[in-house]
Amino acid sequence: MVTYKFHQYQVVGRALPSETDEHPKIYRMKLWATNEVRAKSKFWYFLRKLKKVKKSNGQMLAINEIFEKSPTKIKNYGIWLRYQSRTGYHNMYKEYRDTTLNGAVEQMYTEMASRHRVRHHCIQIIKTATIPAKLCKRESTKQFHNSKIKFPLVHRTVRPPTRKLKTTYKASRPNLFM
Amino acid sequence: PFKRYVEIGRVALVNYGKDYGRLVVIVDVIDQNRALVDAPDMVRTQMNFKRLSLTDITIDIKRVPKKKTLIAAMEAADVKNKWENSSWGRKLIVQKRRASLNDFDRFKIMLAKIKKAGVVRQELAKLKKQSAA
Repeated sequence: MVTYKFHQYQVVGRALPSETDEHPKIYRMKLWATNEVRAKSKFWYFLRKLKKVKKSNGQMLAINEIFEKSPTKIKNYGIWLRYQSRTGYHNMYKEYRDTTLNGAVEQMYTEMASRHRVRHHCIQIIKTATIPAKLCKRESTKQFHNSKIKFPLVHRTVRPPTRKLKTTYKASRPNLFM
Repeated sequence: PFKRYVEIGRVALVNYGKDYGRLVVIVDVIDQNRALVDAPDMVRTQMNFKRLSLTDITIDIKRVPKKKTLIAAMEAADVKNKWENSSWGRKLIVQKRRASLNDFDRFKIMLAKIKKAGVVRQELAKLKKQSAA
């Protein structure tokens, strides 16, 4: 399996109980972060923006990693995000075809970095969902919704099977036809 | 112009990575660069097309079949025999055999090569004498 940089975590936390509030409300968030420490930090960042609670007067109740339920099934993922560009904040909706949600999120981060030069700390994921094929909006994902898909591989690059066998010079020009 | 297409049921050879040398079947296409790939003795995974070399063999399956139907379809299309009888498949088998020789085998091969060269040279000498005469 490919190693994913971004993992999905479920973080649960609440404010500390006080005399005025014996049982404060418990909040749960699903986030993407590279590790658990970052996930907890992100949790408090978002919770601060929503409720009057900080890490110093709150407690973390649980943090679990969420794994993909069906990593052998291809799904269409829709990701709603909010990102900061050089001139302001914008919302975006992007679609990806992948087997796992972590893979789709990683695709999203790399695409935002390449297409819009947005680094990953300027991106906030609002919502992710698996979209059934009928409701996909982007042509680039809809073109693969074909049960009789067929296309040739046009340009074949000949690669040595391991990096060890790589040489700078070759005796003959390669044959690019598949 | 193109004879080998990426399609559901195309048999491909893995030419890079951990599963190097394995014959796999393209079971679904994820996007422009990746395919879901399956073989009777491995978990279904995604692979980049850059790691696959398409072969001439295809089998008749629907999109993402169950493991049992995949194995049945591979038996029905006789992928193993078709591959081992094809020139590409035979070359790979010979390469593997050559790589797994021990010193005694190499000695035997040396003797066999010398013998074969001797027989060929005798025939050549006979033909030369005939054409000279």
